[in-house]
Amino acid sequence: MKRVYINEEWCLGCHLCEYNCFLSNSKESDMVLACMGKNIKSNLHIEDSGDIHFAFNCRHCKDPICIKACISGALHKEGEVVVIDKEKCVFCGSCILVCPYGALMESESGVMQKCELCISSGGVPKCVEGCPNGALVFEER
Amino acid sequence: MSGINYLFPEYEVKRDYDRCIACRVCERQCANEVHHFDDKRGKMVSDDTKCVCCQRCVSLCPTRALKIVKTDNTFKTNANWRENMITNIYRQADTGGVLLASMGTPKEYPVYFDKMLINASQVTNPSIDPLREPMETRVFLGSKETKIIRDSDGRIVPHLNQHIELSTPIMFSAMSYGSISYNAHRALAMAAEELGTFYNTGEGGLHEDFYKYGKNTIVQVASGRFGVKPEYLEAGAALEIKMGQGAKPGIGGHLPGAKIVGDVSRTRMIPEGSDAISPAPHHDIYSIEDLRQLIFALKEATDYKKPVIVKVAAVHNIAAIASGIARSGADIISIDGFRGGTGAAPAAIRDNVGIPMELALASVDKRLRDEGIRNNVSLVVGGSIRSSADIVKAIALGADAVYIATSALIALGCHLCRTCHLGRCNWGIATQRPDLVKRLNPNIGKERLVNLINAWTNEIKEIMGGMGINSIEALKGNRAMLRGIGLNEKELEILGIKHAGE
Ligand code: SF4
Ligand code: SF4
Ligand code: SF4
Ligand code: SF4
Repeated sequence: MKRVYINEEWCLGCHLCEYNCFLSNSKESDMVLACMGKNIKSNLHIEDSGDIHFAFNCRHCKDPICIKACISGALHKEGEVVVIDKEKCVFCGSCILVCPYGALMESESGVMQKCELCISSGGVPKCVEGCPNGALVFEER
Repeated sequence: MSGINYLFPEYEVKRDYDRCIACRVCERQCANEVHHFDDKRGKMVSDDTKCVCCQRCVSLCPTRALKIVKTDNTFKTNANWRENMITNIYRQADTGGVLLASMGTPKEYPVYFDKMLINASQVTNPSIDPLREPMETRVFLGSKETKIIRDSDGRIVPHLNQHIELSTPIMFSAMSYGSISYNAHRALAMAAEELGTFYNTGEGGLHEDFYKYGKNTIVQVASGRFGVKPEYLEAGAALEIKMGQGAKPGIGGHLPGAKIVGDVSRTRMIPEGSDAISPAPHHDIYSIEDLRQLIFALKEATDYKKPVIVKVAAVHNIAAIASGIARSGADIISIDGFRGGTGAAPAAIRDNVGIPMELALASVDKRLRDEGIRNNVSLVVGGSIRSSADIVKAIALGADAVYIATSALIALGCHLCRTCHLGRCNWGIATQRPDLVKRLNPNIGKERLVNLINAWTNEIKEIMGGMGINSIEALKGNRAMLRGIGLNEKELEILGIKHAGE
């Protein structure tokens, strides 16, 4: 399946992807409206250390341990994409404990959020689309 | 010195706080450290004094909250003592130094390309539709055989001198590794390969990773002889002796020791931290005869398999100089006009020395034809070719092909902020700082270069088709296809063209 991968060699650490992610998962179509005054919580995170920058997001594992750990049935697969039903999530934190990639985090509404490859907004993940240096790619590997 | 700062920032960073979301992208992207988030005020602020107007932050700001404007702070108006004249004096009174500058001169000299118009067919001669009929943009550079040789049966013996073949009459001109980054070089090399044209190493040697692009590489031998070794000469498809550069005729180059690190030092074959000084003249060339010796030394070293280019800056006596070069054994002459770019040059030289490429080209082509030696050499011109129309006009004035550099860098993102000499290029081009170099992804860069050259080639075909011409060869030196507009008699005479309406 196609996943979001980071080519660390080309990542500038500009963090634009985090904002594009936040915009994509907000109800707004405009970056200003989506982000102004908000606590930005994106599904993907850039870790920086000196000149090294690296994006972390959900790997959409073949056999997702988070789904096994989920006590409420909120985490499930839609096709091959691991998604979360925010209505069902009880914020127990089991998935956070087991995910080896740190791909889940608390959302603004107090339940879990995670990368769903922008399936609801269709097409190419917005972090990939907006990356200025081709560091993020959406491809089969 | 006094505590007075005489210099007012030239540009102002304008941030629309109704749009700024404090994402700090601008802060992370500005190597000049203009932007930062101010905790006390809880918002982004900027230090205009450091801004060089490279537009990196403007291009990356996700909310279009930024713009850079020229300051409207005004010195008392004076047509003679213009503001930049005055501030240059302040600068030099402060430092006592030579003013350094980069890229081509920004001064308002006439651009002759903009004073020439191209012809088109109407009624009596048909134009050609390049989408339906073949159009030949291929050119061969090198000396042309003028004699027909026949064997004992009278059959023509085909014979070509050393040459290079270009799919389109556009090459990337010399920019050294050191003055531009590894990734910029790589983008140029990959684009030249894909396009079937050439890029030029400049005087900094050839990085070991790029030997594989050899068949699309022109290797340069300049006065510093940096990185010149047998394998280097072997690697290229053609050799170029750099006698001069349009942006700084008559002077050499100086890459500070601080930039001679790691691969740059290895590629140039000089110790880390030592200044790379290119002397103003080649110390073994003081005459056309000396030049001939170097040309033949290089030919000898490469088994007479590769054409030799001699690159000179366009200066007052260019026609006589070119005539000498055409007799010296060179296969190609490259003429660099005064508007050409540079990674660093004294501003006084860049802005005042040399002559326009258009005039130099016209007079060289004429002189060589008058002397019956035009076929000895191909002519390549550079020094601010800005569009496909410039290329068509240059070819009609007599060029075989053009060299582009500034336009190639613009395709890679350069915004002509003209601070290459500071080594902090925010676009990853004129810098060796690893965090900045990586901003230029060569795969994206290559695509952009290929797109630009393909777009220009298509436009050249359209323009040629409109004139009823179907090959570069038929356009070459076809000055009847040009008319001057707003030029005086002398200018028309030198350009060898008629005035519009004639
Ligand atoms: S947008 Fe691209 S370059 Fe910028 S931080 Fe994200 S992955 Fe890196
Ligand atoms: S959240 Fe973690 S464990 Fe679950 S699919 Fe994504 S990467 Fe795998
Ligand atoms: S990049 Fe634009 S939105 Fe982000 S902090 Fe700078 S000005 Fe504000
Ligand atoms: S130097 Fe370039 S990146 Fe920095 S503030 Fe000025 S325009 Fe923006």
